[in-house]
Amino acid sequence: MLLIHCPYCEDTLPELEFTYAGEAHIARPADPSAFSDEEWRDFLFIRTNARGPHYERWRHIGCGRFFNALRDTVSDRFLMTYKAGEARPTLTQEAAE
Amino acid sequence: MTNQKHQFDASPVLVEDMAPVLRLSLRVKPAHRASLGQALGLDLPTRVGARVAAGGTEALCLGPDEWLITAPEGTDLTTPARAVYADAPHSLVDISDREVTLRLSGPSVLDLLAACCPRDVAAIPVGSAARTVFDSATVVLWRDGPTDFRMDIWRSFAPHVRALLAQVQEEFVAGL
Repeated sequence: MLLIHCPYCEDTLPELEFTYAGEAHIARPADPSAFSDEEWRDFLFIRTNARGPHYERWRHIGCGRFFNALRDTVSDRFLMTYKAGEARPTLTQEAAE
Repeated sequence: MTNQKHQFDASPVLVEDMAPVLRLSLRVKPAHRASLGQALGLDLPTRVGARVAAGGTEALCLGPDEWLITAPEGTDLTTPARAVYADAPHSLVDISDREVTLRLSGPSVLDLLAACCPRDVAAIPVGSAARTVFDSATVVLWRDGPTDFRMDIWRSFAPHVRALLAQVQEEFVAGL
């Protein structure tokens, strides 16, 4: 079974305890009323759809927390997980291999 | 609620309904954890899964800012918590009736839980607890002894969980 490391529980647990929650690091508009239709469309629907390393949100049922993960969408390998609110880590060569 | 004991003949696991207890869900920011714990008479643990007990009251850390508190019915914890509300804002919700608790004990209890829990149940330390899934139903597993567990199940999922437990027990009896 696919194992995922929860940065809050500091434990590596089976995938069934986790839920995928979409792409990470999508900032909400600071002034929503000033948004044009095109900007709303991009904010709501347009995603990276990455082939390879993908920054995404996951939720752990155990601690009830959302966190971010960097997962390779080709191999389904989790390259790293980190707490929500932390800056987007750069993909190092070691992690990518 | 009746406290009926299900004694399955030749069954390696004893499944019992436990008496109702007071259950409270506490959400408080880490900065106010200590002062609220002082008001409740508990040193609220910070590690997810850790438990602390004082008197008849027990607190389990479910998440970085979430605790589950159990106490005998009739215990008043809301009054001391309300007294410190201005200094330590928090949410303290009575969820006593949301869940029912089963006690699972017996030599094969780990096999029984492993049949439906994806988590490595044997790796849960004795004296701690974990919120996990039991065939997609969210449950809280308290490990009181090497082969002694309590399981809090949301009331509406309880028939499903009980049916599965009975089915797995039948398989044990049949030697599968």
